[in-house]
Amino acid sequence: MTMTHTIQLINLLAAMLLLIAFAMLSQRRILSLINLFAWQGLVLSLSTFVVAYSTDQRHLYYSAGLTLLLKVLVLPWLLHRLIRKLNVRWDVETLINIPTTMLVGIGLVIFAFNLAAPISQLSESITRGLIGIALASVLLSLLMMLTRRKAVPQVVGFLAMENGLFFAATSATHGMPLVVELGIALDVLVATFIFGIFFFQIRETFDSLDIRHMERLKDD
Amino acid sequence: MTTDQALGILFQLYQSLLVVALAPLLTGWVNQCCAWLQNRSGPGLLQPYRTLRKLFHKDAVMAYNASPLFRVTPYILFGCMWLAAAIIPIIAVDLPFSPAADVIALVGVFALARVFIALAAMDIGTAFGTLGARREMLVSFLAEPALLMVFFTASLISHSTQLPRIVDALAHHQFVLYPSLAFAGLAFVIVLLAENARIPIDNPATHLELTMIHEAMILEYSARHLALVEWASSLKLFAYISIGIALFVPYGIAEVGAMAGNWGSALPLAIFALLVKLILAGAALSLLEALLAKMRIFRAPEFLGTAFLLAVLGLLIHFLLGA
Amino acid sequence: MIDLQLMALLLTPLMGGLLLAAFGSRSWAAELNSLMSFGTFIAAVVLTMRVIDSGPQVAFNEQFFIDQFNVFLVALTAFVAFTTSLFSRPYMRIEQHHGKLTTQMLHLYYSMYQLFTLAMLVALTSNNMGIIWVAMEAATLTTVLLVSLYRTPASIEAAWKYFILCGVGIALALFGTILLYFAAERVLGEGGTALLWTHLNQVKGSLEPTVLKLAFVFLLVGYGTKIGLVPLHSWLPDAHAEGPTPVSAVLSGLLLNVALCAVMRCKVLVDGALGTHLAGNLMMGFGLLSVVVAALFLSRQKDIKRMFAYSSIEHMGLVTFAFGMGGPVATFAAMLHMTVHSLTKSAIFFAVGHAVQKSGTQQMENIRGMMQVSPTVGWGLMLGTLAILGMPPFGVFASEFLIITTAMHDYPWATPILLIALGIAFAAIFGKVQPIVFGETTARRLPHQPALIPVFAHLLLVLILGLYMPPYLADWYRQAAALLGG
Repeated sequence: MTMTHTIQLINLLAAMLLLIAFAMLSQRRILSLINLFAWQGLVLSLSTFVVAYSTDQRHLYYSAGLTLLLKVLVLPWLLHRLIRKLNVRWDVETLINIPTTMLVGIGLVIFAFNLAAPISQLSESITRGLIGIALASVLLSLLMMLTRRKAVPQVVGFLAMENGLFFAATSATHGMPLVVELGIALDVLVATFIFGIFFFQIRETFDSLDIRHMERLKDD
Repeated sequence: MTTDQALGILFQLYQSLLVVALAPLLTGWVNQCCAWLQNRSGPGLLQPYRTLRKLFHKDAVMAYNASPLFRVTPYILFGCMWLAAAIIPIIAVDLPFSPAADVIALVGVFALARVFIALAAMDIGTAFGTLGARREMLVSFLAEPALLMVFFTASLISHSTQLPRIVDALAHHQFVLYPSLAFAGLAFVIVLLAENARIPIDNPATHLELTMIHEAMILEYSARHLALVEWASSLKLFAYISIGIALFVPYGIAEVGAMAGNWGSALPLAIFALLVKLILAGAALSLLEALLAKMRIFRAPEFLGTAFLLAVLGLLIHFLLGA
Repeated sequence: MIDLQLMALLLTPLMGGLLLAAFGSRSWAAELNSLMSFGTFIAAVVLTMRVIDSGPQVAFNEQFFIDQFNVFLVALTAFVAFTTSLFSRPYMRIEQHHGKLTTQMLHLYYSMYQLFTLAMLVALTSNNMGIIWVAMEAATLTTVLLVSLYRTPASIEAAWKYFILCGVGIALALFGTILLYFAAERVLGEGGTALLWTHLNQVKGSLEPTVLKLAFVFLLVGYGTKIGLVPLHSWLPDAHAEGPTPVSAVLSGLLLNVALCAVMRCKVLVDGALGTHLAGNLMMGFGLLSVVVAALFLSRQKDIKRMFAYSSIEHMGLVTFAFGMGGPVATFAAMLHMTVHSLTKSAIFFAVGHAVQKSGTQQMENIRGMMQVSPTVGWGLMLGTLAILGMPPFGVFASEFLIITTAMHDYPWATPILLIALGIAFAAIFGKVQPIVFGETTARRLPHQPALIPVFAHLLLVLILGLYMPPYLADWYRQAAALLGG
């Protein structure tokens, strides 16, 4: 595989990452949302693998493997189990309708690309422009968290945001030091477990996973 | 006249005739695949030809208040689609016709046909015709900008709005993966489904008044007029799939300039490649139709909005990644 | 040697966490908790002595870095964590007696308390910007279940808000860290050293300014969520009001400081790379906004813990503003203010905790006459309030005075805004605390003796800092201020 092909492949995977972020934004079903999250993890893992291969960094292979294990297998499985156990309704309710969300999303992408443009110009390596895409997918996931009413989609948004960050860390910068990556992975895993505990606590107390019930604490 | 020019004209003629002849076959193939996917045996590949022959042998019935517009529309429709199919590089680039119109004009040709069919549908004054025309305009006003955006993305890559230049840039240079084209491709598929009255937007197989769009518009046509309209629809599907092939998988297309020496081998190869691609595209289209469910008509704007959004994203990505 | 000292500092809370995870439900768990915290405090003192004697140190393959600036926070953190553990022993027993907590919940509380201390100490001492991020996230994760410890609807809501908002904030901080690495990698090359602060500090002049500018915005917004800067503060009052009081005390007194320390590390780098005052201006803007908004919100509070949470936002805003001004005096003042605020605010939360237990409610209109029931709680609350409001003999006065005089000299336009905000805060808090302390009582006796020694110990320290600054302490702070580029 030549260098130009590697760049093209990473660019293509970056574009797919963004595409999946958009697909998640437009998704109406919780199950498809989780599946999309798994796909995003797969794309992430692939791109990490390609970067590892092209820059010949051993620790990035571990990262890719870890991503595959954690984000494609373990986390989606955990989430699937959780919704089965909690018997969550399948629909995702949104605060603003989906076309509007998508338009806001496009605006965010333009914003992110603009923000990242000076950085992409000064980078001569294979990372040109990837920071912008990573930032865009982080912002899109953030938007998803803000516009969803239920707890599960919010959590998926949180995890997807972490995917975008991880993409920035591995593909745009050839990987952070392994200690840091391991630490981040551990944090994400623990966070997911805590989210799980929370789902049960919230349901026990409010009888639903709808965040609308949780609007008592306000400054009046 | 040089040999090149002579060959060019020959190929142009050849392509135009081939397209008109093949278009109903493609429709038949898609229908056949749909039938197989639904566990039916299907009417056979040649059914569209039989339908056309039957329709041409019938006497035309016309509403008593039909204006001349209503009469000429099928011919205009057929002419537009034929013109479009002649412009698109299907078997070879550098055909003498193709500089006549770039991609923007091509979108214009499709729009012209649409305006006429919509006007003709309202001409008689029946409720269904008007309803169909209105829905058609709703769909097209969303689909057209998306199609233009798709073309712009491809034009940015090849620095030209001429289809032959675009195809040439994509087909005959070093193999490059374009992420922006992936987005454009997805958007194009959505536009193709919408513009050809395929399943998530419209169902070509039913006349259910609540949902139909295209069928509602042509309800008043009969005999040879209907045959021409149907044929034009086949041509449109063929043209769209050819555009898709030209933009996204142009490999194998012949070059007239280079063919002067060895056209004997390049042309059969090009036709063979085209046939394979058409067969695959038709199968993929029917598979897509089998997998998708018909949408409520009010969901259509959202669906097409997605296409527009994807095309815009493709453009943005092109600017950011330069690819 | 330094390795060993640092190991003692970090291993003690880790051991404590593990031990309490195993024995957290025994009757002597509270004592063990205090003991481990005391061990941590001793280790911190030893480390502090070492750093004051022989200057900045790196340890463990350069992964940790201790200088005068962070060692002062280490000492403060270990001290407040120790006194809070002393306070929480009787406090948690009373809560258990009132039936609000079960033994399992206490088990969780004790082990998480130690791990939380560990996360904060790692975040303070780490030399690796990535590890700082990981430790900050770990600090959130360990406290989030403590905020929802009571399992009431309000506490779960508060914890969820805390989790989600801080999760988003910390994600943005990670993006900032990645950008920082992106810039550093071009100068220092790939691999482990490119995130080490000491290395970054040496080459800060050649880091790409455009990237660092963007990175700092993300880092400030991200860690700023943790500091509780307006407009990212909305988790803070909820988490403080709904969590157990010892948790409110350490969140307010310590976690906010730790996040601010991370921001300061970044600011030093960005200042070096940019050569402009952009980072400082951003911090001043956020700080001033926080002071003003928090002061305005103070008067509308009905819940006593919520009110003091807003007061924390106000004071952290003030510290951020002072750090943003830069210069030796302002930085000195900011660090002094961090110290006295931590001590005073945790003392106030201790007193408030007992006052709430006595009257059985957090609504201020129902807490009355503390002086009658328990003069010690009443006096503790009164003196703490006077101290936090900046009354003269206390240390808060000295630091606020320094901040405001510096502002008057360098940024005169900001002075009236600060003064008005402080005035509003004074009126709001004093007006509400006064009837709580005096007035007719309805309170009840507590089943256990409240622990008030920490309250008065803290207040005494604050008083001493206000009256007389020991020269070696002043020297220490001055050195730390110089390290921050003041």
